[in-house]
Amino acid sequence: MTTDVQAAYQIDDTGIDLDNKTLLEMYWQMVRARRTDERTWVLHRQGKIAFHISGIGHEAIQVGAAYALRRGYDYSHLYYRDLAFAFALGYTPRDFLLAVFGKAGEPTSGSRQMPSHFSSRALGMLSASSPVATQVPQAAGAALACKMRGEDRVVVTALGEGSTSEGDFFEGMNWAGVHKLPMICLVENNIYAISVPMHLQMAVPNVADRAPMFGVTGAVVDGNDVLASFRVMSEAVARARNGEGATLLEAKTYRPVPHSSDDDDRTYRSRDEVEEWKQRDPIKRFQDYLLERGILNDTAIEEIEARVRQEVDEAQATALDAPYPPAEDALFPVFAPDGTDR
Amino acid sequence: MADRPITIREALSSALREEMHRDERVFIMGEEVGVWGGTYAVTRGFLDEFGAKRVRDTPISEMVIAGAAVGAAMAGLRPIAELMTINFAFVAMDAIVNHMAKVRYMFNGQFTVPMVLRTTSGGGKQLGATHSHAPEPIFAHFPGMYVAVPGTAYDAKGMLKAAIRDDNPVMFIEHSTMLQRRAPVPEGDDFVLPIGKSDIKRAGDDVTIVTYQKGLEWSLEAAEELAKDGIEAEVIDLRWLRPLDLEPVFESFKKTNRCVVVEESLPMFNVGSEVAAQLQNEMFDYMDAPVKRVAAMDVPLPYADNIEKMALPSPEKIIAAVKEVI
Ligand SMILES: Cc1ncc(C[n+]2csc(CCOP(=O)(O)OP(=O)(O)O)c2C)c(N)n1
Ligand SMILES: [Mg+2]
Repeated sequence: MTTDVQAAYQIDDTGIDLDNKTLLEMYWQMVRARRTDERTWVLHRQGKIAFHISGIGHEAIQVGAAYALRRGYDYSHLYYRDLAFAFALGYTPRDFLLAVFGKAGEPTSGSRQMPSHFSSRALGMLSASSPVATQVPQAAGAALACKMRGEDRVVVTALGEGSTSEGDFFEGMNWAGVHKLPMICLVENNIYAISVPMHLQMAVPNVADRAPMFGVTGAVVDGNDVLASFRVMSEAVARARNGEGATLLEAKTYRPVPHSSDDDDRTYRSRDEVEEWKQRDPIKRFQDYLLERGILNDTAIEEIEARVRQEVDEAQATALDAPYPPAEDALFPVFAPDGTDR
Repeated sequence: MADRPITIREALSSALREEMHRDERVFIMGEEVGVWGGTYAVTRGFLDEFGAKRVRDTPISEMVIAGAAVGAAMAGLRPIAELMTINFAFVAMDAIVNHMAKVRYMFNGQFTVPMVLRTTSGGGKQLGATHSHAPEPIFAHFPGMYVAVPGTAYDAKGMLKAAIRDDNPVMFIEHSTMLQRRAPVPEGDDFVLPIGKSDIKRAGDDVTIVTYQKGLEWSLEAAEELAKDGIEAEVIDLRWLRPLDLEPVFESFKKTNRCVVVEESLPMFNVGSEVAAQLQNEMFDYMDAPVKRVAAMDVPLPYADNIEKMALPSPEKIIAAVKEVI
């Protein structure tokens, strides 16, 4: 089953009734994340920034999942690879490049926290941490809060397959099952955790195979197919909103670039394997689908690329020009002033 | 045998390699230790040399890495467990604090826990608050395990070999920004340093600087600057936070009558608190000035380059502290 979903190139649009405008917007979001990400690699190679952790190759599942949410209403606990997810929720290339350069005015943290640790009260993005999987218990807590308040909000949290080896994942998922929480745990399974292959993390073929032990629904989707991802996530969101509990949703995907700017992936996987996966690039697959149906043509592709290039150029210029955070920013807001909260 | 200048990374590698050849009960487990050769390339080549049985890439499960090391040690092996960075020790705290440190005492010495928990600490690389901790004092808080904080290649090698051979559990903390530092190290299997001995890294009569690891580097730099103003600092490297050896500090203080404690950890309840308290108890009659402490600012470490630098200690801050007590 696993290899079947991975091998298919065709986009599976069964049951999808998105209008062309939305389809093009999703395509644009994927391209926008890809180009921003590529630019950030270049900035790192030029020695202009300290570090980059990339979401390249993961755009389909992330954009598909985000579009299945009520954006701005539902909560998310994302992880470092979720640049396209964050963009689709309202985060922008400008925001990201301000973070990457560590400049003043960076909206998620004022450059107190690393880039790719997405957080925005306005966008419903809760905390993100560097220690992996710590978001799963927190997502369970946020989902519990939604349920206790009787809201129909759902909570999505994302992590990699390697991170599911943490106790935090098991304990958080157990809660989600016990309390029947409105939660989706999205596992972006790219087969590797840095150098360590999936079979050294778990003895089951699919992360989602563990769903029954938590008493939640399990689902596996081709994470390089944006429409299949949208559909399966929509089903999970509907279950969560209808009080049918949590879903452990596994998206099969691949990371065609090194883990981070500190990694050399040639030490642990063959170039052939990487090339093979590049043939299943999520953006190319969606582009072909849209071209075949006449929703997209070469001119429109160029227009989208030009629009994205301009946005990324402007974002970079803004970030370069921005001042560094003022020194006093280091000192607050450690505590709420006078013991009060907003 | 002759001393040869090697890096801290090479010193750690050779200590591990020699001890693995010496004792087949010693094995390594942790995230990225095998195929990748270790987060900081300390175990590069080990998988080929010792095989997957003794060099084990583990799942991303710090609680199990630490907990399984406790169990394997109780069952007769001598595990060297590795946490990629000390930041991830927080998800393994129960295994470390309640078991690694306490099993021997709680069960009346029936079990020893001859394990080493290797990890790296430290900020200054723009990795943000959850990824830049220097929390060594937390681990020194608990009786039952040793805490090693080497600051040179010489110490790293001799201390790691001692840690592996000792029957007590050792938290062995390396500094993530110092692995390329080079120093002469004796060659040969027999170079082992004593556990719990601090070391005078620079002699001086005017002020005693007590420090370790990254603080050592900053302090030696500050000492050179101070010397230009005619102030000679004696720099004492603790090397171990437990057992804590303050005898050389007391001896030094008798002649300098002034002390500055330098560390990268946070300022409350830290090494400086302990050293100041013990000086006040033991050396009250010799005190000419309050004991000054230089540590990180009392905030989660920020990411942006400029404010991160500001929040960390520096040679300038050490110089200022010394000038306050002189
Ligand atoms: C608690 C903890 N342990 C270890 C790490 C170091 N680390 C960062 S990312 C990573 C690999 C994660 O792999 P996976 O969950 O598969 O996600 P991917 O990066 O492949 O998307 C590791 C081990 C960490 N950040 N946190
Ligand atoms: Mg992975």
